[in-house]
Amino acid sequence: MTGEQTTNVTGDLAANQPEAPTRRERPVVSAASARKIGERDTMSLSDEVAKIQVNHLDLFYGADQALKDINLMIPEKRVTAFIGPSGCGKSTLLRCFNRMNDLVDICRIKGEIVMDGKNIYDRDVDVADLRRSVGMVFQKPNPFPKTIYENVAYGLRLQGVTSRRVLDEAVEKSLRAAALWDEVKDRLQDNAFGMSGGQQQRLVIARAIAIEPEVILLDEPASALDPISTLKIEELINELKQDYTIIIVTHNMQQAARVSDYTAFMYMGNLVEYGDTDTMFTNPKKKQTEDYITGRYG
Amino acid sequence: MGYTRQWFKSGTPWIWLNGGAVAFSMIMVAGLIGLIAVRGFGHFWPSDVALINLTNASGERSTLIGQLVRSQTVPAAVARDSGETVPDDIELVTRHLIKLGNRDQTGRDFAWYLELGMEPWQYPRDIMVVERREWGNFYGQPLALLREGTVVATPDAANFMTELQAAVTRSIELHEEIRRLERGAVGRINARLERLRLDERRLELDEPPADVKAAELGRIAATRATLDDEYAVLRQELDVIYASTRRDTLQMRMADGNEVNISLAAIMRITEPNAMSVFGKSAQYVERLWEFLTDDPREANTEGGIFPAIFGTVTMVMVMSIIVTPFGILAAIYLREYAKQGTMTRIIRISVYNLAGVPSIVYGVFGLGFFVYYLGGSLDQLFYEAALPTPTFGTPGLFWASLTLALLTLPIVIVSTEEGLARIPSTIRQGSLALGATKSETLWKVVVPLATPAMMTGLILAIARAAGEVAPLMLVGVVKLAPALPIDATFPFLHLDRKIMHLGFHIYDVGFQSPNVEAARPLVYATALILVILIMVLNLAAISIRNHLRERYRSAGE
Repeated sequence: MTGEQTTNVTGDLAANQPEAPTRRERPVVSAASARKIGERDTMSLSDEVAKIQVNHLDLFYGADQALKDINLMIPEKRVTAFIGPSGCGKSTLLRCFNRMNDLVDICRIKGEIVMDGKNIYDRDVDVADLRRSVGMVFQKPNPFPKTIYENVAYGLRLQGVTSRRVLDEAVEKSLRAAALWDEVKDRLQDNAFGMSGGQQQRLVIARAIAIEPEVILLDEPASALDPISTLKIEELINELKQDYTIIIVTHNMQQAARVSDYTAFMYMGNLVEYGDTDTMFTNPKKKQTEDYITGRYG
Repeated sequence: MGYTRQWFKSGTPWIWLNGGAVAFSMIMVAGLIGLIAVRGFGHFWPSDVALINLTNASGERSTLIGQLVRSQTVPAAVARDSGETVPDDIELVTRHLIKLGNRDQTGRDFAWYLELGMEPWQYPRDIMVVERREWGNFYGQPLALLREGTVVATPDAANFMTELQAAVTRSIELHEEIRRLERGAVGRINARLERLRLDERRLELDEPPADVKAAELGRIAATRATLDDEYAVLRQELDVIYASTRRDTLQMRMADGNEVNISLAAIMRITEPNAMSVFGKSAQYVERLWEFLTDDPREANTEGGIFPAIFGTVTMVMVMSIIVTPFGILAAIYLREYAKQGTMTRIIRISVYNLAGVPSIVYGVFGLGFFVYYLGGSLDQLFYEAALPTPTFGTPGLFWASLTLALLTLPIVIVSTEEGLARIPSTIRQGSLALGATKSETLWKVVVPLATPAMMTGLILAIARAAGEVAPLMLVGVVKLAPALPIDATFPFLHLDRKIMHLGFHIYDVGFQSPNVEAARPLVYATALILVILIMVLNLAAISIRNHLRERYRSAGE
């Protein structure tokens, strides 16, 4: 992304931030103005390169089925948003991509998730390896009880990197990429807990990208943050999509509209509608989607 | 009525009740510490020595010299019951407990005297308190300082006290020299002789080829001869010093007029409390307190200091911490992080919690039966065969005491570590796992560091419990008087097989096993106070470490 475009994005976002759309108005979010990818008028899933393909995915928590026959393609180097009411399964689906659900004893999975031609639920897949290529950022900032530097270097140290020079470079690069470098470069050796919530969340993102994953999963990354920090995170997502495939779960529809290229609407464990964000927010095909987006329920 | 109900509804009574509970607790704690402090620390104050003339019921006059310990007023009947003669028209009598000293001469240290028949007490400036290495204090008036049997100074000479103190200082220095030689050089020779004896015994047990054995025996004999020679030289040196300590003698007159010669070799300190200013007494007080903290006990623990007990307690608690911390933490980590949570873990957990409620003497019995006799006996068979039948580890000692206490405090450490681990938010674990860390990497790099304050809390509680424990220790390694400290300059420096002294047991011993109850009483309080202070110091150290850790991992645990 060029500098000029970056400025544009920021400008657009800033300009649109205070303009809180009223609930009954349709379209809720004036998609045309909120879109930052103004250079492309139409986007279509059929033009995209698939990064992840989900085929007939069922997920059970004990006897309860949380995901029902999900089929979906995540395009490479795009931002895909999952929206839907609480308990619809969007976070559960997100956690399938890096197999975080493995931590839940009673969780069972049927179907497959193919990433770069390989089913990640195959027996021979090393979960640690998978998680290295699919990074994740959680709802609440969760820095480690270490210095800022060590937080970012954590993933690399796990991989056995000990060279101070390599670590220094990676830390700086990641912190720059997470738009945090200028704020923390003088206090890298301070405890990460001393940072603000927004800074912590960006630190967590820096920590995730330090190990150079291919996919980044964001689970409501801004829900615990104030509007300014949220804005910074959203800007960051726009930057990151140049290099990474990003999947974001959000409750905030404006946010989905602002940051994502494609949106999936889920309801009660079903994938109701999936398509490019412009179309979803301006002209949803399903009644359920429209009701949700316009705030009639959920 | 409405008002009362209003008052109850407002919650004010509850505040008063809760505040009252706090106040009551505080008063109890302060009272406890205060009582111990006053009773214990009053002992070191050099109080004035009284000279009392009294006439008893049958008209005999006598003179006492001594320090007032305490007074009480009792019904005359009580005094009559205890064998005193009190006129019939008197209903209440006051009696005084006087410390008379001179135990070697009169056979009793303390005695009660009725105030009846006492003339006003006098405090002559020339009464001397002589603190001796044996037989306790001597009270009397000095007559002369003798050197080789001839008088060198008398009390009327201006320089009498200076001469006397110089002579005392000299004799103390000589005494220390003797102690240094006996503990140091002689001790080293003895240790090497003992090693030779063990070598010899090992040769007999191992049955090596005849020529090797002969050569070894020759070497042993030669070394032993050298050591014997060295010892002879030292012995001579010691004899000279011993003779030198017998040079001076102090001639004293007791209250009953008898004259007594005291060798300066037996004297530790000479004071004239009646002639001392408050300032001088304060200096004396500090000196005695310091002596109490740093000296070995004397006279069946009723005199001297408690240093070996302090040292033993601290060493034992340290060794215990070193044992219990890794065990408890590893067990807790397994239980919380790896074990499949189910019936089995629940049973284990309940067992561990119940272990904390087992009476401590039971641990002592177990320690004696299993650790000392079984484990220690086996160790001796395996590694210290040459020393048998003298047991090395097959007898109560520091290591077994520490191990028993480690077992006793294990549940405490496990429970608090588990609680600490349970409090670590799952988001932190997931954050690490999401970066491709394995479960163990997550555990050791993120979770365990965060749980360290909780572990320290467990350790603090364990230390507080262990330092104050007495009952099990009596069975597994604590003795009335240990001949040597568990840490010294001879290899291997930390002697885990040695018996130790312990403050808690010392209190029990001085308080209940002492031949001299009145002399022991203040020491019980003083020792108790030192024990409380020691536990407080250990706790404060651990608490400050924990707070430091908390500061480091602040907010993540919340």
